[in-house]
Amino acid sequence: MKNRPRVQDFDWTLLAIVGAISTIGVLEIYSSTHASGMAGMQWKQLTWIAIGIAGMFLISRIDYHTLLDQAPALYMVGVASLIVVLVLGYSRLGAKRWISIGGLANLQVSEIMKLIIIIVLARYFAEVHTDRLTLADLFKIGILTLIPVGLILKQPDLGTAMVLVPVALVGAFFAGIEWKHIAVGVVLITLLVPLGWNMRRHLKPYQQQRIQTFLHPEEDQRGAGYQILQSEIAVGSGGFWGKGFGKGSQNQLGFVPVRYSDFILAALAEEQGFIGVCIVLLLYLGLILRLVDNAQKAKDRAGMYVVMGVTAILGFHVLVNASMVIGYVPVTGIPLPLMSYGGSATAFVFLALGLVMNVRMRRFVN
Amino acid sequence: MPSWNVNDQRVPQGRLALFSYLSAAFVVLLLIGFWKLQVVQSGHFSDLADRNGIRSIAIIAPRGAMLDREGRVLVDSYPSFSILLLRDNPKLLERSLPQIEDGLGIAHEDLQQQLDAARGEPKFLPVIIKPAASEADIAFVESHRADLPVLDLIMVQRRRYPHEQMLANTIGYVGEVSPSDMEKNPDRYRPGDIVGKAGLEKEYNDQIVGTDGMRRVVVNSVGKVMRTLDNVEAIPGKPIQLTIDEDLQQIAETDMADKEGAVVAMDGRTGEILAMVSRPTFDPNDFAVRIPAKEWATLNTDSQTPLLNRAIQAQLAPGSVFKIVMSTAMLESKALPANFTAYCPGHAEFYGREFHCWQPKGHGSVDLHSAIVHSCDVFFYTIGQKMGIDRISFYGSGLGLGRRTGVDLPSEEPGNMPSEEWVQRVYHHKWYAGETISVSIGQGAVTVTPIQLARTIAAVASGGNLVQPHLFKNLTDPKIDRFPLADDTVDQVTQGMYDVMNEPGGTGYALRLQNIEFSGKSGTAQLMSYEAGTRIGGRAGKLTNGWFVGYEPRRNPEIVVAAVVQGSTEHGGTTAGPVVRDIVKAFYEKRNGRFPQPATAENISPPGVAHSPAQPSGPERP
Repeated sequence: MKNRPRVQDFDWTLLAIVGAISTIGVLEIYSSTHASGMAGMQWKQLTWIAIGIAGMFLISRIDYHTLLDQAPALYMVGVASLIVVLVLGYSRLGAKRWISIGGLANLQVSEIMKLIIIIVLARYFAEVHTDRLTLADLFKIGILTLIPVGLILKQPDLGTAMVLVPVALVGAFFAGIEWKHIAVGVVLITLLVPLGWNMRRHLKPYQQQRIQTFLHPEEDQRGAGYQILQSEIAVGSGGFWGKGFGKGSQNQLGFVPVRYSDFILAALAEEQGFIGVCIVLLLYLGLILRLVDNAQKAKDRAGMYVVMGVTAILGFHVLVNASMVIGYVPVTGIPLPLMSYGGSATAFVFLALGLVMNVRMRRFVN
Repeated sequence: MPSWNVNDQRVPQGRLALFSYLSAAFVVLLLIGFWKLQVVQSGHFSDLADRNGIRSIAIIAPRGAMLDREGRVLVDSYPSFSILLLRDNPKLLERSLPQIEDGLGIAHEDLQQQLDAARGEPKFLPVIIKPAASEADIAFVESHRADLPVLDLIMVQRRRYPHEQMLANTIGYVGEVSPSDMEKNPDRYRPGDIVGKAGLEKEYNDQIVGTDGMRRVVVNSVGKVMRTLDNVEAIPGKPIQLTIDEDLQQIAETDMADKEGAVVAMDGRTGEILAMVSRPTFDPNDFAVRIPAKEWATLNTDSQTPLLNRAIQAQLAPGSVFKIVMSTAMLESKALPANFTAYCPGHAEFYGREFHCWQPKGHGSVDLHSAIVHSCDVFFYTIGQKMGIDRISFYGSGLGLGRRTGVDLPSEEPGNMPSEEWVQRVYHHKWYAGETISVSIGQGAVTVTPIQLARTIAAVASGGNLVQPHLFKNLTDPKIDRFPLADDTVDQVTQGMYDVMNEPGGTGYALRLQNIEFSGKSGTAQLMSYEAGTRIGGRAGKLTNGWFVGYEPRRNPEIVVAAVVQGSTEHGGTTAGPVVRDIVKAFYEKRNGRFPQPATAENISPPGVAHSPAQPSGPERP
């Protein structure tokens, strides 16, 4: 082996964008919480970022081919963990998403599952040697994806469960899914939506509530509809230039729900205005394009699938979260990557970026 | 090398490029969404944000107190708490109602009615569901802050009537401003403002209301006040001083306690009202808070009409007191000689009908003086027939009957002084001459209010000065109408009224007071005609309104008191007379520094109600 993979080969442009987004996030977390009982949250977030960065270096050291070799084992461990969480995991925030590891940290198994599904599906797509995906392939991909999706839904965590789907869709797209299959899929979904609507009484009451309040936000001002409305008020009242750092009344007075986490973009929109939102969303677009660039330069298809799996998840997060903040989709609990406060979510993003660096460092390696 | 790990370099560049374009397109779509909210609808959402975080809290100005002529507090205000129901979350509200009804003891219908009434108003305006919160109510709200966020407390100024029923019909009461008042004065009133609804509270509302202040505060999402933006203090209303003398008022109230009727005592020279009682009455404290629907219905539909101020609103036949007007008319008009004499056999026939004198044995030969002293009906029938209704009406009207006195109270009634023109205008027929006979003794179509009668008698005794009765001590320029009477007339009539009290055999002799020029005239008006009363028989057939108007001294009275006791079977001198006597006696003794320690606010105030110490009165005078 010539050309050992080196840290110098990290994508520093990408990391600069990540650094900028994280900085804005930490500042907004500070602004949202400094005057409340939760003051000091930004330090916790910084700690998590530091842990994430350490994890990123660590994961970049292990050749992704090694990881892909272990894909079946990783998948088994992941699914088993999800089952353990369901059976033994303790309830927290009303959802059994957390599992205690060594009593030191709470790790959200679903976040790990995101990484695992990226690796597993990259491995699967890499095994398809033709440029065409057969229906049998699509079926197997569906099964692989829907098992963890179903388990996470059981927790219940609709947001994280949904996040796994784009990995499969984007992967299939690059693996050569045929346009006619896409067309059939679109038609099927169009037909299934009304059916799903009729089946909605099988949803959890809080999920029904969320759909209901999404469709009629004005009817429930203290529930989820209230959250969307308050978020919209925060965003709208921010105007073009924003109210200024630490000066957003919706944010500072606590009208914006979980303003330091899922709704941090609303807090930012209020205080930094449309200008601030532009900068942040363009940074995210830059992040996505830079990730695609890395995918294009990957040494092999497996690497490309890994990078695009990460891209799919991050892009989906940004799209859904930003849409939720302006009331385009129901509240689902999907945080904004790198900005929303949250330990395992932040750690996941850096671990995922570690996979990207992993692929990038090895593009010239033989 | 595993089967998947072939070194396949072919990456789908086209689809990757498509992915990039799609990503950019999504970002553009999102930015359009943000643009819509942040630029297009920015103003709308800024308003909503302000409404969220900034709350305007009215600081209610207390209404001015009402003091008696010596500065004793009759009415004042005190701060208390009202319970608000926030309505901006209908679902939560609906869920919370049963617990609220339970905890605060409000009937479901009452609460629902209040919510229905507020339906048209903006949702962010709360409803006051309990205007006077007890300590238990406040504790309930405080302890349920978390699970009943729809409840809130607001400090308000509440009216207090420490003497409860005393002077209630005159003072009136306060209540929430009506929608029609708000329409007339949209700049001045807000929903829920407290205004005077009746009596002095209404008449002098503009003097005693203060100017409400306003505090704007920033609240957080759970309603906690974070800081104050600005603060405009309330300007309390100014107190007003009344002409009422609490001591005399107390005596009048006590004497009328179990009766139905009214009393007016005033200074005959100035029109200053010293006491005013109407029975039955009510407790205006019940109105200071919102009155429950049921009690309000009771007060309004009670056949006894406790809300009526009988002193200015009861229009009753004056009975024999009217003979003073007749006497004045006879002497002034010179239609008959001053020494006219009639013979009373106990009854007389006019226009083919038999009219009785109250004294069946008859009074024999009577002149004007003995007719007044003994209240001989036949004498007055006779002069009435000779003068005719229009001449009687002219002097009656001149002395203030049939028109409002102009007392500074709302809703005064004018009474009625009939005339040929009046019967033509109202009943479209000619005057029946026989009616004149009834009117001559104060029966029939002639009706007066107690305050009118007091003023009329004072006018006669003061040579024709018709004062404007009033309750506001500093009333600028009270009107005095002149209806000049000849001194001879005044002399004869006042001598008559003096002898009613002081000549043995006079109808008020039993009421005379030592060393006081106590004069007066009683009256006993039948509620039904003599015939109808006889037909019905029993007590109901004999019910009368007993009048007494007394004053002191005999000319230019310093005090004139008119009292009426309704629905008794007894003579006016027996029912109303003692009330008048007690007030005149107390007035005289007070003026001469011999008034006993009065029943002041100190020993009658309700328990637990603090107020400024009553000033000692009367006895300390040198």
